[in-house]
Amino acid sequence: MPKQPSILTTWGEEKALNALKKMLLIRAFEEKAEELYALGKVHGTMHLSIGQEASAVGASMALKPGDYLLNHHRGHGHCLAWGGDVDKMMAEFLGKETGYCRGRGGSMHIADVEANNLGANGIVGGGVPIAVGVGLSIKLRKTEQVVIVMFGDGAANEGAFHESLNMASIWDLPVIYYCENNQYAMSMPVKRAMNIERISQRACAYGIPGVTVDGNDLFSVYEAVKEAAERARAGDGPTLVESLTYRWRGHSKSDRQAYRTREEVKEWQKKDPIKRYAKRLGLSDKTLAELDQEAKNRIEQAVAFAEASPEPDVNTILEGVYA
Amino acid sequence: MRELTYAEAIREALRQSMSADPTVFMIGEDIGVYGGAFGVSAGLLAEFGEERIIDTPISEAGIAGACIGAALTGMRPVGEIQFMDFVTLSMEQLVLQAAKIRFMFGGKAKVPMVLRMPGGSGTGAAAQHSESLENWFVHVPGLKVVMPSTPYDAKGLLRAAIYDDNPVIFVEHKLLYKTKGPVPEEPYMVPLGQSKVVREGRDVTIVATSIMVLRAMQAAEILAKEGVEVEIIDPRTLKPLDMTPIIESVKKTGRALVVHEAVKMGGFGGEVVSLIVESEAFDYLEAPVRRLAGLDAPIPYNRTLEYHTVPQVENIVEEARSLAEGRF
Ligand SMILES: Cc1ncc(C[n+]2csc(CCOP(=O)(O)OP(=O)(O)O)c2C)c(N)n1
Ligand SMILES: [Mg+2]
Repeated sequence: MPKQPSILTTWGEEKALNALKKMLLIRAFEEKAEELYALGKVHGTMHLSIGQEASAVGASMALKPGDYLLNHHRGHGHCLAWGGDVDKMMAEFLGKETGYCRGRGGSMHIADVEANNLGANGIVGGGVPIAVGVGLSIKLRKTEQVVIVMFGDGAANEGAFHESLNMASIWDLPVIYYCENNQYAMSMPVKRAMNIERISQRACAYGIPGVTVDGNDLFSVYEAVKEAAERARAGDGPTLVESLTYRWRGHSKSDRQAYRTREEVKEWQKKDPIKRYAKRLGLSDKTLAELDQEAKNRIEQAVAFAEASPEPDVNTILEGVYA
Repeated sequence: MRELTYAEAIREALRQSMSADPTVFMIGEDIGVYGGAFGVSAGLLAEFGEERIIDTPISEAGIAGACIGAALTGMRPVGEIQFMDFVTLSMEQLVLQAAKIRFMFGGKAKVPMVLRMPGGSGTGAAAQHSESLENWFVHVPGLKVVMPSTPYDAKGLLRAAIYDDNPVIFVEHKLLYKTKGPVPEEPYMVPLGQSKVVREGRDVTIVATSIMVLRAMQAAEILAKEGVEVEIIDPRTLKPLDMTPIIESVKKTGRALVVHEAVKMGGFGGEVVSLIVESEAFDYLEAPVRRLAGLDAPIPYNRTLEYHTVPQVENIVEEARSLAEGRF
């Protein structure tokens, strides 16, 4: 059996390390978000993606500048993976004028429109039909772009999911349907919400390829999304990629997690996407700890930036409702 | 009398209705082991089992449809939409099916269902989790719309809604869930379609809904110290709407202010104002009838912006005071 080539050889050191740094940055962001919330500095809710870092970073890395992203409520990681600015994200999280959405959107609605990040969504499945329109526009404008729409397992049970996949399929649109199956939609386990083994099986109902990958393995995610992107760019239509992962924290701010066991959480924590990837890179614990500290320092800077930023002006509420 | 929170009062209405009547059941997202996003159904799964406390996939059109189908065939379902915002995904089933079936079928079928949902802002949940869409339903013949402001009314109105033979949209408010008030232990009903005078006064009539009733009551305390006596009326049921106490009150005060959280344009306030000026109360008016309502904007995330997007106590004080003082 041939030996699996090291990622360091395939990607080169810089790219391989960048992936790790992004994952560390996401985790540090989420841990800080949780802390700020506990300190009462955040008005609103949040959905943390701790444990899902590889799923966000691997997918983003497989795409090119100019491609589009639509994502969902558990979206801090997606935005950072897409190259989002930590300062603007933290400022948005704290509702400041310097935030991505000038404090109007908050945690659930972070968008980085200049980078073709068309935004997180507070509505489960809300971005899925929009992906059809983005795909259609790419096709009509005859560009080489693709759109990835990220959503959870829960979103696959909204009617609009089915309409969207079918439309993208019949028109061969360059859409990557990226389902982050973290095993639960709030308290609802996937096992109780659908009678199929894999969400990717739904692809066959629309005549498109469906694949399931280990979402805690950055490289597998990367490969699957890359293949889907190539197919989309070649004009061969959409793909449904299911990324199997797990959220370590509760659904949102207040969740007693009565629907799952501590043992289950612990089992999944053993599959920590960051540790796994670092191991694959052959990094020492010391180097990993150093990179982790770097990420945490960056987050501290972001908090300082956000806290020093001005609040939005109350007299501007009516601005920005219409173009 | 014993005090319960608004959430507990709703839960008690559900529990008592389900215990007494096997046709009543609940269906919605995360209502079982999670107990509902706001804890309203906490404990009901243990009491009634999975057969009657039904957790659904995230499928709001499906939830509405399941209620309609069950109601058509002898059940009295109580559906829960986790946030009122998501009822937009159920609209076809509610507006074109539930509301019309009885009429279209020549009165030969009925759809006795309740769909509960929390509306409103104030929790920092931003634009897609803070909507106040009650007036969308008021506009649809065939639907009833209920919006309680106290634990007492929440329990009694919910029981009345469950036993009503029509589809009822039952609008709760996130900020009300933890408010407390006296609630009798025994089962009782507050009939749909009865407005209530919740405070008497001679100077200005305030018609307020949901959380705005509480804010109007606070405003009234402040105004009373200035010698302005406000009369407050809570319609409780937006449809069918009982205008009698409102018209009587305006005949007495000659001044009226309608307060709600939903956006002013196209809101419920416009309807109330129209009904006042179309009535005999018109001749008694000493000032223009005013509305105080949400700004014509989505709810912002930022706490301060969010606060200033919907009416607050100080805004009500100011509006009522200027009406009373003849400044308009
Ligand atoms: C249309 C709609 N229904 C319900 C909700 C409430 N809600 C927010 S997230 C969520 C669970 C989503 O699960 P999933 O799609 O698997 O994403 P995850 O939270 O697991 O990342 C629910 C029920 C919502 N935001 N939008
Ligand atoms: Mg999920």
